[in-house]
Amino acid sequence: MSLAAEAEISQAPLVSLRHIGKTFSNGTVALHDMSLDIQSGEFVSLLGPSGCGKSTVLRIIAGLGHATTGRMTWADGENGPAANAQDHHISFVFQEPTLMPWATVFGNVWLPLRLKGATKAEARDRVMEALAMVGLEAFETAYPRELSGGMKMRVSIARALVTQPRLLLMDEPFAALDEITRFKLNNDLLDLWQRFGFTVIFVTHSVFESVYLSNRIVVMAARPGRVVEDIPVNAPYPRGDEFRTSETYNAFCRTASESLHAAMAGSEDGHG
Amino acid sequence: MADLTTSGPAPNLETASQAVADEKELARAARARRDRIARWVLPVLTMVLTILGWEYLVVANEIPHYILPRPSLVLETLVKDWPILSAALLVTLKITFGALAIAVVGGVGLAILFSMSKWVEMSFYPYAIILQVTPIIVIAPLIFIYVDSKIAGLLICAWIVAFFPILSNTTLGLNSADHNLRNLMELYGASERQTLWHLKLPSALPFFLGGLKIAGGLSLIGAIVAEFVAGTGGVGSGLAFRILEASYRLNIPRMFAAIILISFTGILIFAAMSLLSHLLLRKWHESALKREN
Repeated sequence: MSLAAEAEISQAPLVSLRHIGKTFSNGTVALHDMSLDIQSGEFVSLLGPSGCGKSTVLRIIAGLGHATTGRMTWADGENGPAANAQDHHISFVFQEPTLMPWATVFGNVWLPLRLKGATKAEARDRVMEALAMVGLEAFETAYPRELSGGMKMRVSIARALVTQPRLLLMDEPFAALDEITRFKLNNDLLDLWQRFGFTVIFVTHSVFESVYLSNRIVVMAARPGRVVEDIPVNAPYPRGDEFRTSETYNAFCRTASESLHAAMAGSEDGHG
Repeated sequence: MADLTTSGPAPNLETASQAVADEKELARAARARRDRIARWVLPVLTMVLTILGWEYLVVANEIPHYILPRPSLVLETLVKDWPILSAALLVTLKITFGALAIAVVGGVGLAILFSMSKWVEMSFYPYAIILQVTPIIVIAPLIFIYVDSKIAGLLICAWIVAFFPILSNTTLGLNSADHNLRNLMELYGASERQTLWHLKLPSALPFFLGGLKIAGGLSLIGAIVAEFVAGTGGVGSGLAFRILEASYRLNIPRMFAAIILISFTGILIFAAMSLLSHLLLRKWHESALKREN
């Protein structure tokens, strides 16, 4: 799968952002002249301090917000933001699990298919398959309140994967979890990414998480939100605990960290 | 936990061998057990003592029954007058539940309309508030002037009193759906109808049930107040009319019997709404969950 994904990288980008700017009605410039190409099969982390517009980029790509200026082009030739995320096979994972408390685990994962008209029986196979991907097939009848934080996030990921997306947008999905759970979910996410070859854009403020997960880190600065550096992480997958303690990992962490600090220092100068 | 509650005072040896540090836990369990028993015993005991004291006071002071009847006489009257009272209760219940049903349909319907259009809400919410804050007792006489059918008038009065908590709570509930879930619905291209059905209505359910609990009691009060105002007897006269009638005839025991019936009905309605609420929410909502501490 990962070989196929690598082969695709040379083709036209899955989505291409050109000079994207976003100014909110209160005058805040969230994004300024941001250009970014996302290749199919990539695992890209958007790394930056809070307020750098990394979540805003994600929302614009998802079609949840519109860019004030600039252009967005998709591999299928369409321009502009997605009118409907389904058009571009996008799924979104929020910082909170964002589950419906009144629905079972099954009901929550069924939702995206249900909205497209799939009955329970029709959706059953795909829902169970998605639950199996995150190791929760035994919990289909449980309610979200009965699950731990990590399990809730797994359900959220299963719901995102049930539509078989080409592009998975993740907005600091593991930020609220403890470190042990986060490491486990990092590994599981990488495993799923390698098996199914979807593209991931992963927003994080953790240098370590971005280096461990992605094959490309886009460092962003705040006020106004912009790209300051694009760091390729040329380390082979699968990555495991050995990678976490390796010299390569440390080197990449240092590079990303220095870039992030430079970006933050730059913003502070510009701001104050 | 189950062991502690059934075995009474725990043998020292066993507790010592199992966990010495759990003395506080045991004390907590004992306190919880005492509370559980007291929750039922105390109100019943107070009620029984009150009734006995009342009985004694009336008998000892030879208070005439047309001023204050003794509880045993009220009970006798309740049994003796049951044919009259039960027929009247049935009429009042019909008005109460009729009004509650219309309040649910109207309240939820309006709330959905409000949640779909801010303009409708801005235009009509003030009327809902005016209807709520104006005492029904002063509106009711007007309603009986404009509406020919007595039943319809009674229903309208009871509805006016009952619908506001449902409207206001359901509106709040529909608007408090999680914003990330709203985004998710948008992302998956859900239609407005789908968003309402899959997200907004379930989010509003706990709020609606809270409103229903209040509205249940209010619709009974509304029905009784309206009957007082309507005041005519004959066919279809409810409990309030029987109370008025009994007061004119100085039949104080029957007044008490009717009042007890009304209170009892109110309690039953509240219990029924609480049960409904518990059954619908017990699987998922915080309010219905049992926690260890």
